[in-house]
Amino acid sequence: MPAEVKERQYQGKVHQLSRDMMNAWMAQLARANETGEPTGAIMISGNCVELLRAFDIHPIFPEVTALQNAIRHQSLPLILKAEEVGYSSDNCAYVKADMGLFLSGGMGPGTKMPYPTVTLCNYVGCNVYVKWFEHLAAATGSELFMLDVPFLRTSEPTAADVRYVVKQIEELIAVLERISKKKFDIDKLREILAYSARAEEGYARSKDLCKGSPAPFDSFFDAINMMGPINVLRGTREAADFFDEAVKEFEGMVAEGVGPLSEERFRMVVEGPPPYPYYRSFRNLFTKWGAVAVASTYSTVGGIWEWGFRHDPARPLESIAEQMLTENLTNRSIVARYGQIKRYVEEWKADCLVIHSIKSCRLFSAGQGDMREYFTKELGVPTLLVESDLEDPRYYAEAQLRNRIDAFFESLEHKKLVAA
Amino acid sequence: MKVEQTIERCRELIAEPLGAIAERWKESHPGGRAVACFPVWSPAEVIHAGGMLPLGLLGAGATVELTHADSRFQSFVCSIAKSSLELGFQGLLKGVDGLVFSNICDVARNLSSIYKRNFPHFHVDYLHLAQNSTSGGVADYMADELRRLARGFEEAFGVRVTEPSLAKSIELYNAIRARIRGLYAFRIAEPQKLSTVELYQILRAATQAPPEEALSRLDDLAAELPAREGRPKDRIRVVVEGAFCEQPPLGLLEVLEEAGCYIVEDDLFLGWRWFTSDVPADGDPFRALGQSYVDRAVPSCTRHEGREPRAKGLIEKVRRSRADAVIFTPPKFCEPALFDFVPMRQGLEREGIPHLLVEFEEKMWTFERTRNEIETFVESMLFD
Ligand code: SF4
Repeated sequence: MPAEVKERQYQGKVHQLSRDMMNAWMAQLARANETGEPTGAIMISGNCVELLRAFDIHPIFPEVTALQNAIRHQSLPLILKAEEVGYSSDNCAYVKADMGLFLSGGMGPGTKMPYPTVTLCNYVGCNVYVKWFEHLAAATGSELFMLDVPFLRTSEPTAADVRYVVKQIEELIAVLERISKKKFDIDKLREILAYSARAEEGYARSKDLCKGSPAPFDSFFDAINMMGPINVLRGTREAADFFDEAVKEFEGMVAEGVGPLSEERFRMVVEGPPPYPYYRSFRNLFTKWGAVAVASTYSTVGGIWEWGFRHDPARPLESIAEQMLTENLTNRSIVARYGQIKRYVEEWKADCLVIHSIKSCRLFSAGQGDMREYFTKELGVPTLLVESDLEDPRYYAEAQLRNRIDAFFESLEHKKLVAA
Repeated sequence: MKVEQTIERCRELIAEPLGAIAERWKESHPGGRAVACFPVWSPAEVIHAGGMLPLGLLGAGATVELTHADSRFQSFVCSIAKSSLELGFQGLLKGVDGLVFSNICDVARNLSSIYKRNFPHFHVDYLHLAQNSTSGGVADYMADELRRLARGFEEAFGVRVTEPSLAKSIELYNAIRARIRGLYAFRIAEPQKLSTVELYQILRAATQAPPEEALSRLDDLAAELPAREGRPKDRIRVVVEGAFCEQPPLGLLEVLEEAGCYIVEDDLFLGWRWFTSDVPADGDPFRALGQSYVDRAVPSCTRHEGREPRAKGLIEKVRRSRADAVIFTPPKFCEPALFDFVPMRQGLEREGIPHLLVEFEEKMWTFERTRNEIETFVESMLFD
């Protein structure tokens, strides 16, 4: 086995900028809790955060709260708290961590995390969202709006799908006017959407740069730095500027021929969310093999921008509806995802596919055995499937993961040598 | 026909593989098509209106060994998804031409497209059923969704689904649902005369036969049942909640009854008796059916109802059926059932209604531990 790749060169400006922006957003939420400014809980997948922004309603993302608690190793007590009141060990641990936070008094007056004034369930594929927000709204006493987005079950959304979503967006606008006591200003929304489009352009360009070798950043592990700005802060000038900076930095790295590792030995596509409680350890299992994710599906839950879709200030409501209906991973079928991954493997010239199968999120994981079958048997793409969880540390078995990952890359290495 | 004979016929029917039922029907309907519906609700009326045979795709229980499907779906996925896929791999759906799934949960959603990929000869449709119960756009949307489904059948099978034929099918299914409501009312009144194991077999058989045949069987039962003998036993009256998708093994229902429960309400075959009152048969039938999905719906774990909390429907069920307790029976790994358990349990506790949680899997075959748990629960209630 060749020497291990150890160091990670890339920490970069993007990492720090992203962190500062997310901290500023959290501080805003804490302030809103003190001043009583309206807040709206919303989900990451295919979201319409721009609508909340148009009314100066502060967005809260319970998924982000849950993942931050997992990264800080604080998720397990919250999960256990939720299990005490009857949540099952088989329920999504994101929901449990969020409800556990509520039950432990970590949300609401006097804390950094306000109760939502409105709970806006952007039901975009994930059926657990519906349950999660039903529970959250009931617990916090906030108004629940169910924005029901028909799943993409035909090649294009039907005219009825678009009409239904646009109608609900109009109904939502009336609710947001009432809650914020502000009139809807379409020009303000257009301006917000223009910022969104600029950020989307930058995110897409950054990902495109990973087609070169070495990729300037890890499109799974480092993409997390961009997922905050693109999914949470989208529609702000700061997020748009952030991506200008990111592109500049990544272009510079491409010019210098440097990537996130000292050496890029394997190019992988990663499917599925990361194990947040063990983010760093999990990453290290790949780093030592010089394996870099050149594309990932998780980075597209909020939106798939790399195929060219942008929010359009000229068609504000329609383009919001289109993004929710078609331009995100979660509202598409798992088999459509095979197509997305196939494209990544081909266009980003990947050596392999790594599927991180997590128990909490069946939307991602249910049926990934079929996905492995398709990639290995039908396409001949070396594929590794490993299991753990994105929030619940009890499902992370490091030794077992290491064995599987080592065996997989050893065999890839062997194949490379033979081919050479 | 005597009740026992009718139920025996039901038992025979549900022992047959779905594909064999479809094949047999086709012998007398040359060129006919059979479409199987995965739980919970599917518009069987639309299928029937196109001259096709609607059937229930309810997994395989303990009847098949998983040889392929368990490598496609992980260990933490419910059994019905795996066994339903396995039926395809083992050719046990041969004779079935189409499959309908809907947005009940993430597993069913993924299963739908995986089915399509592995078995391209099936016409697979995935319905997105409305989750917004109050939008002004919901009736139009649902009508269009059902029309889309109908168009899919027309294109795939060359059938025609017209408004008049749909109106007729709605009437037929209204009649079936009314009979089923009658059976449920009968069981509430005289549970000693109709066990839940029997009712289960009757309902399941109704999903495995042409609706005309099911209706005539239900009519026979309605006529014969009141005269049936049955001495009330010292049992508690319970509502069973959670088995709306994956099917509980009959042994589990038997154990529940033997351990001292009269099951007086449940959510078995919920989709096949979805409407609380008749779907209007006048006007645009697609719209009537679609709107009824939202406005005449029974409370369910798989449909968001913005107008009332989840526990309310269950508490009403308990009151209406004069039940003493609720037995929650979520299938193992079933997210919708397991999530709803939390607010439902809280609601019951506020009302002081006792409850017990008994998880199951369709392939479960020993029930001794469950029997002990239920007996202890029943005793605690009887001697309290
Ligand atoms: S048993 Fe539950 S999780 Fe499984 S397919 Fe049915 S509803 Fe979905």
